[in-house]
Amino acid sequence: MSSLQMPKVDSSVLSKKDKIVSDIGRIINPKNVLSHPDELRPFETDGLTAYRQMPLVVVMPETVEEVSNILKYCNDNKVKVVPRGAGTGLSGGSLPLEDCVLMAMGKFNKILEIDYENRCVVTQPCVTNLAITHAVQDKGFYYAPDPSSQIACSIGGNVAENSGGVHSLKYGATTNNLLGIEVVLMDGTITKFGGKAMDSEGYDFLGLMTGSEGLLGVITEVTVKILKSPEIVKAALIGFPTIEDAGNCVAEIIAEGCIPAGMEIMDKALTKATNDYSKAGYPTDAEAMMIVEFDGTEHEVEAYIEKAKQIAEKNNSSSLKVSKSNEERLKFWAGRKAAFPACGVLAPDYMCMDGSIPRGKLAEVLREITRLSKKYDLPVANAFHAGDGNLHPLIMFDANDKNSLKKCEDFGADILKYCVKVGGALTGEHGVGIEKRELMCEAFNDKDIQQQLTIKVALDPNSLLNPGKVYPILRKCAEEGRVHVHGGKTKFPDIPRF
Amino acid sequence: MEEKQNFQTSLDFNQNIFKPSTREEIVEIVKNCYKKSIPLEISGLQSKNKIGRNFQAEKTLDLSNYKGIIDYKPEELYIKVKAGTPISEIEEALKKNNQQLAFEPNDFGYLFSGESNSGSIGGVVACNFAGSRRFKVGSVRDHLLGFQGVNGKGETIKSGGTVVKNVTGYDLCKILSGSFGTLTVLTEISIKVLPKPETSKTLIIKNPHVKKALDYLGQSLSSSTDPSGGVFYPDYFGKNFILNDLTHDGGLTGIRIEGPMNSVDQRIDRLSKELDLIDNEFSVLDSVQTEIFWNKTKNLEVFKNSKSNLIRIVVPISETLQVIQKLKKDDLNYFIDWGGSLIWMAFDHLNSKILAEIKEITKNHQGYYTLIKIEDDFKASADIFTIDPIKYKISEKIKKSFDPKRIFNPGKMYTGI
Repeated sequence: MSSLQMPKVDSSVLSKKDKIVSDIGRIINPKNVLSHPDELRPFETDGLTAYRQMPLVVVMPETVEEVSNILKYCNDNKVKVVPRGAGTGLSGGSLPLEDCVLMAMGKFNKILEIDYENRCVVTQPCVTNLAITHAVQDKGFYYAPDPSSQIACSIGGNVAENSGGVHSLKYGATTNNLLGIEVVLMDGTITKFGGKAMDSEGYDFLGLMTGSEGLLGVITEVTVKILKSPEIVKAALIGFPTIEDAGNCVAEIIAEGCIPAGMEIMDKALTKATNDYSKAGYPTDAEAMMIVEFDGTEHEVEAYIEKAKQIAEKNNSSSLKVSKSNEERLKFWAGRKAAFPACGVLAPDYMCMDGSIPRGKLAEVLREITRLSKKYDLPVANAFHAGDGNLHPLIMFDANDKNSLKKCEDFGADILKYCVKVGGALTGEHGVGIEKRELMCEAFNDKDIQQQLTIKVALDPNSLLNPGKVYPILRKCAEEGRVHVHGGKTKFPDIPRF
Repeated sequence: MEEKQNFQTSLDFNQNIFKPSTREEIVEIVKNCYKKSIPLEISGLQSKNKIGRNFQAEKTLDLSNYKGIIDYKPEELYIKVKAGTPISEIEEALKKNNQQLAFEPNDFGYLFSGESNSGSIGGVVACNFAGSRRFKVGSVRDHLLGFQGVNGKGETIKSGGTVVKNVTGYDLCKILSGSFGTLTVLTEISIKVLPKPETSKTLIIKNPHVKKALDYLGQSLSSSTDPSGGVFYPDYFGKNFILNDLTHDGGLTGIRIEGPMNSVDQRIDRLSKELDLIDNEFSVLDSVQTEIFWNKTKNLEVFKNSKSNLIRIVVPISETLQVIQKLKKDDLNYFIDWGGSLIWMAFDHLNSKILAEIKEITKNHQGYYTLIKIEDDFKASADIFTIDPIKYKISEKIKKSFDPKRIFNPGKMYTGI
């Protein structure tokens, strides 16, 4: 565990552990209350494995009433609660606290209703993102947001983090694809925000809850909209002699009115690493490589691909390949999706950053990253969701060397600060959690943060629900940890990360 | 940016209507009203000010002078403007770059004053009413990237930014969209813009029956032809559209398809086949006529000279038919937008009994209503918005967290909020 400060441990809660276990054991099936260290161990961390902490107790409710009764009990007895979905989050949003009840939602794992007439799915929160698509794809539908961990991450976690994905430029993030949620507040109140109808009356609590990282309520049911699958999807693989050319190409494609389904850029270091790793057939001599994908009807896709080709040529593209089949298209992506493991081969450890920048600042930000790479003497490879400005620099280091870890963290913080400086954001899709908590004052001043904290206090006056996350405790801008991968092994090595 | 704490202006606090042109003036006005607990009506270009409950405010904060484009980056797909900027000015600027506000803000001017007044961007965000493209591109709230505003204590706050992907902190853009000026005075607004489609066409199906229309709309929205608009006008409104290629004047279903030229033709053709339409049953509007048709729709022009009350009802599409059947009396007119989910319904006479009935029906069918236009005699006592007791309680807390002394539009949405 690093030195990151967490909320003060309540020793009276620690001393009442047995009582809490037996009390909650009367609220829910006692078999669903875990308290032995061996049972708690699997819950000590999430996707941000640099931070570990055993919770006091793990509870696994099965119904919304149980969730409500546990929260009410904890609220009355001033016990902290940390909610957890699949535990794949990359910013430490479900990192336990020593004196907390960790509420694991894993038993909420059923799809409740598929409603094709209203084009939506009603599901429990711990169903995986991809399972929703799987449930409706035989009728030609799918759920649009596709975070790279979609095979394992839960839809409830997606709501809590407002997860994005490769296709969010065209289809939006979770918040834009959500119709309703059922949620339990810290005082045990059960309520529904939204439903199957579009928008809702009064204040948009659905929007407020989405991306609130488990600080405002526990999600117990989710209604998402589903879309008809596009008729065809085609991608082009384009090499550029300079990052500037690639950046200009992105800006021009957008300015021309083509909104691609996905648009990805990798720098030379990453192109080479991924090509060596996955044999994807990438142009390894290019300084930047772009994958641009369009979906829709046949004529539409053809027209956009043709336009993208012209724009790429105008911007000095050094190579250009359009997918002739779905297999070839998937091969284009295979390398990109192997970006993280490919970095694992290059260095013992790497950290993945998640900044968001204006698309037009790509070349400038990459130049700054190169400068910082020299300054800190650490190699870096860059992947970029160019369509929506989401940058994922992968900083390579050796965690066994303490100096190297510190340098890596400083390097990462400098990148995120630069993202904010050029008009971007600290986090595009991974969330703040504990990882970027201390950087919040780079993006917000005291009044901004105070307004957000006032909302938190309005719904959770004792600050018991997921405390210590998102908002700095001391309001100081220290530089703390990132997504840390050792020996190429993440917590879930089989989940794609891109 | 930290505000200047010692800023002094020459504002005369004895006046009843403030027309600030700087944020510093807005801050000073709000701080003063906060200190003295003076209720403040937030007002823009008066296009939607009649929507909402009657309430007493001692002073008015008129933002119509606080206007102008701050920053427009077409290639970054955003425009940053001051809150009082007219929608027309924004649309004019976007047009030059072949871009648009994809959520098609309604123009309520025709309804309330008989002529166009699409209002200000601040008002559009505050009301969160989106036009026909709603089911495809989302509502106003889905396009609000960031804001700066002044809360009820006179503090300048911000959230979001100008980039589309941003999950830093609570998404306050959402809670402010549709809050009818009861939480924060918006000062700067960054809004997502999108390219205008190369062309658009509309498939018009002659058909007077609502059930059949909803079938057409449901089928279209579930097809891969990717429509961006779906409406149904019953018989009595069919005559409102005089267009070259609209060859009959009865009830009609309109489905809009947008995109590159070839693709639009292909999809229109495919859709007419998928819907099993025979030749004399449909016509196709070209892009010019399409623009006229959908502008009339988003501007609610069929209700232009109507003296009736107007209610906006939103339900899941599966419930629309039943809701209409239960509500429809001889004396009311309606049309359907949002591919079947939004019903605009006019009532010649409205009283609390009828309203209670509408409330019950929409609630039972998982939807909600908003009273848009209502006779003055009845307005004072009517529920303009629907809410349940739990959400009311949460709303009270949220209101307090932004505006502790309840000085912004007090009572505009609900009593006590």
